[in-house]
Amino acid sequence: MVLVITTESALFIIFVVAYLFYIGKSLIPPYPHQVLEFPWLGSILLFGSSGTIMVAERHLKRGAIDRFHLWWAITLACGVGFLIWTISEWLKLIYKDGLTIATNLFGSTFYSLVGLHASHVLVGAILLSIILVASLRGKIRHRHHEHIEIISWYWHFVDCVWAVVVTVVYIISAKS
Amino acid sequence: MNWLKDLVTQTGQAGGCAPARMLRRPQFWRKLLIGLVVLAIYALFFGTAQAQEYPVHAVQNIFAPTSLPAESLAFLSKLVLAICAGVFVIVGGLLTYGIIRYRRRGPEDDATEPPQVYGSTAIELAWTVPPILIVVVLVLVTARVIGEINGFQPLGNNEQVRIIGHRFWWEVRYPRYQVVTANEIHVPLNDRTQPAATQLILESADVAHGFWVPKLAGKSWLVPNYRNQLWIKPFQKGIYLGNCTVLCGPQHANMLIRVVVQAPDDYNRWLDNQQKATVEDPNVAEGRKAFVQNTCGTCHRIQNVAGADGTFGPDLTHFMSRETLGAGVAPNDKEHLRSWLKDPQTLKPGCLMPNMKLDDQEIDLILAFLRTLK
Amino acid sequence: MANGTTIEIGKEQAPARPGEERGTLTGWFLELLYTVDHKKLGIMYIGTGWLFFVVAGIMATFIRLQLAGPNGHVVGPETFNGLITMHGTIMIFWVAMPFVFGMANYVVPLQIGARDMAFPRLNAFSFWLTFFGGCLLLFSYVAAPGLSGSGPAPDVAWMAIAPLTARAFSPGSNVDYWSLSLLVTGTGSITGAINTMVTIFCYRTKGLTLYRMPLMTWLSLVAMFLIILFIPPLSAAQIMLTLQRYLGATFFDAQSGGSAILWQHFFWIFGHPEVYVLVLPAFGVISEVVPVFSRKAIFGYPAMVAASVLIGFISSGVWAHHMFTVGMNSFSITFFAFATLVISVPTGIKMFNWLATMYGGKIRLELPMLFAIAFLFQFLIAGLTGIMLGVAPFDWQLNDSYFVIAHFHYVIVGGIVFAVFAAHYYWYPKAFGRMLDKRLGLWHFWLFLIGFHLTFDPQHISGILGMPRRIYTYQPGRGWDLWNLISTIGALFQGLGAVIFVFNLIWSYWKGKKAGDDPWDAWTLEWATASPPAEYNFEKLPEVKSRRPLWDLKHPEDPDWKYE
Repeated sequence: MVLVITTESALFIIFVVAYLFYIGKSLIPPYPHQVLEFPWLGSILLFGSSGTIMVAERHLKRGAIDRFHLWWAITLACGVGFLIWTISEWLKLIYKDGLTIATNLFGSTFYSLVGLHASHVLVGAILLSIILVASLRGKIRHRHHEHIEIISWYWHFVDCVWAVVVTVVYIISAKS
Repeated sequence: MNWLKDLVTQTGQAGGCAPARMLRRPQFWRKLLIGLVVLAIYALFFGTAQAQEYPVHAVQNIFAPTSLPAESLAFLSKLVLAICAGVFVIVGGLLTYGIIRYRRRGPEDDATEPPQVYGSTAIELAWTVPPILIVVVLVLVTARVIGEINGFQPLGNNEQVRIIGHRFWWEVRYPRYQVVTANEIHVPLNDRTQPAATQLILESADVAHGFWVPKLAGKSWLVPNYRNQLWIKPFQKGIYLGNCTVLCGPQHANMLIRVVVQAPDDYNRWLDNQQKATVEDPNVAEGRKAFVQNTCGTCHRIQNVAGADGTFGPDLTHFMSRETLGAGVAPNDKEHLRSWLKDPQTLKPGCLMPNMKLDDQEIDLILAFLRTLK
Repeated sequence: MANGTTIEIGKEQAPARPGEERGTLTGWFLELLYTVDHKKLGIMYIGTGWLFFVVAGIMATFIRLQLAGPNGHVVGPETFNGLITMHGTIMIFWVAMPFVFGMANYVVPLQIGARDMAFPRLNAFSFWLTFFGGCLLLFSYVAAPGLSGSGPAPDVAWMAIAPLTARAFSPGSNVDYWSLSLLVTGTGSITGAINTMVTIFCYRTKGLTLYRMPLMTWLSLVAMFLIILFIPPLSAAQIMLTLQRYLGATFFDAQSGGSAILWQHFFWIFGHPEVYVLVLPAFGVISEVVPVFSRKAIFGYPAMVAASVLIGFISSGVWAHHMFTVGMNSFSITFFAFATLVISVPTGIKMFNWLATMYGGKIRLELPMLFAIAFLFQFLIAGLTGIMLGVAPFDWQLNDSYFVIAHFHYVIVGGIVFAVFAAHYYWYPKAFGRMLDKRLGLWHFWLFLIGFHLTFDPQHISGILGMPRRIYTYQPGRGWDLWNLISTIGALFQGLGAVIFVFNLIWSYWKGKKAGDDPWDAWTLEWATASPPAEYNFEKLPEVKSRRPLWDLKHPEDPDWKYE
């Protein structure tokens, strides 16, 4: 998983670099300061889900499978919530603000970076669902806690990427 | 060496050995005389070509520069080449020696293994430090040349030529003189006493191109939305050939460059001619009309011809002042121009001028008209 | 056994040779389709490499025929541009990379005393992704004719120069075949690399510390690390390109303020480490062959490991030496020139260590060693022309000229392909239980050597005389005619040599001399298995005490672990 995270980081870094490189270079509006709002809801959901997944892991390690189910499901719900929030943000940007991937450099780099991240959240949500279903059918036991930990590393990675995206998109480029 | 011995000593064969027999025949001497005469004519022809005012430098050897900065580049290149050649001789020599000296000589060598040596820190250092020193020297020299050339600030009045790359031709503009031409770039000779240089500003109208005339300077890309520049101080008159060096499509190979380095008088005369509009010749009025009617003018601008103001293709105002057509793909003579007008795709398949489907009469008229655009 | 190394070879029943497991043709085919065995997948990778080598080699022959003389009429300009793009792309991604993965797959688990790769099914998945990507690219010849002259196959050069790749200049889907096939194969490479790295980190047998691993394994490890770090930039750039071509994104679109140069940065951030991915395993092969055929341990193992890691590390910081002429500022140019020159130091260290291994030895000029010696000479020259190109002002003249083509073919053909040939003569007996025929091998060696030099030596000269790359024809009188003609003749010699080699591979399978477990009297763990090895590799996983476990076994009075 460490290697998977390394390779995925290499992929994300290029999109981050493209975003940073093109800050302030869009020739036509909309510009970031006009349309971006700080992503409070999305961030709370995603960062919170990192916390809840850790709680779930701890329960699994102690053998409390029911508690594990609960907290795992909450994590999944937060992840799905994040995706729904992303969709609503994009709908607003596209239909209200007129920002698409083809509009300008900001649009291209924004949607590609945030979209890449969202696709990774989606994959994570699928992984979480598979684990949840398997667990509800009684296949996940205390002895699997190391495997579950590896999945949770992926989820934490996705969160860290979101931290980077928030910093780059919503903080650094917020004024341009 | 037996053949040599035979050649010298052989007797007894009727007439002697083969070379001797050949030398005795009059036909041989006749053929030799004819050959020498032909050679002399050939040499005279090319010799006088070389002695021409503006010899064509078709062979562009980077080690035979005729301009700055190509000279600085050549000097550094020779230095690096010498160092690398030295390394090759030493290491290659060691390798060759090692293989010969330490080869297995026969089955007797299989009885025992040679002494196993695992390494030596001293030796590792010994062959790490000299390369580091060589690298340091090279980096310092390199940095100096980079700074010298990249950071060049020409003093005094330097000529400015704006070169805009298109698929598959070069738009050439002299902003100071409002001159617009194509494919052939004229620059003034620059002896080493003058600080001024000729500045080439490189831009692109479509995809990335590359500009390279080795005897004058290194190459540079032409990238849309990104201005590059080269500067040259040529000190030998002549016509220098170059190429586009960045794949830009099917006719990348035939996007040739011609830089004409002229004595200042000739250069000024050329500029004057380019600034004037061409004289309207009444004999080709039909041709002028045909040019506009067949929509040639929507791509090709000709100064003072109404309806000929397109900028998609080369400016043709002084078309006949250029030695080639199609960015160097063919000489600018009647026969090739006729071919071009009939169907440019035969001379330059894939170029962006389509077959205009002109009939022979239209071709004759337009041909006559174009050939007045001196 | 006397000194604590417990290697036993399962010999109750000679293992079935690859290809003979199920006895029938359908069985053979099914075995190919379903296998997850690293040895068979390794052979399949290599077979894929040779298949695509023939395809791309035929393309190269057409390129050379077209350029043999001025104003050639063998192929038209669009076809030519397609040929050079496909030749380059296929050779790098479907010939050289499969060789890297094939050799790593076959040799690494055996050398570290493992039974298979860490994730055998992922291994098969990686192979099939790679293979399918190649088929997808070749499919472009059939399926993607475009509009207004954009030919079927991608024709934008293997580095897909922006903005030529934009929709406006490359309508039709040829560029997309380039992007998609590489995205698919790139994913296969990344999963394969992860698999290999996990195997090396987690499945080494008892006593085999990282510092005792054979150099082939070490160099494969560094190469795999480069893959997982630097293939993603290529994928990212291709995703951006595809978004631009289909959804109108503006990444490299000058009209929207995008930068064509950014494409180059992204591409070369991948592109430069990629060539080190290709060359490091070649170094590994040489580091195995030279000691065995000089009858001495490799000189300076710790220095070799350090140099390899350093090369991998520095290679990530030299990419813009491919961009010296695009118009960077002086500081950037100087920095990248400096980094490029610095990388020559660890590379030189490796060269000298190989030399020192040979000195004092008893050099056996068998076929693997012949190819290794050719490698040493040719890689020396390649490295030196690389230094010349690294001196940026020299590159200002020679970038995008035939000198660069000569340089990188010296590295890839003169270096990597020769090392791959050496690897074949060395490990074929292990994989198939038969030696490759020596006479055919010598014909192959000399024909290919002569052909290689005939083709690529003159290209240095035509580059110096101003001949640019990627031109489908040239006019007479530029001074290029003779060199191109010689170059073309060389191609025919190389082709003949390659044909003899492929014939040797096939003929020796049935008629080659029986090899035995250890035909070369070598010292690493793969030679402790049967030839071919049983599917489980080792009946009992060995325990090692030094870098050359078989040396210890064969020389119990003077084992390596006393000196390490």
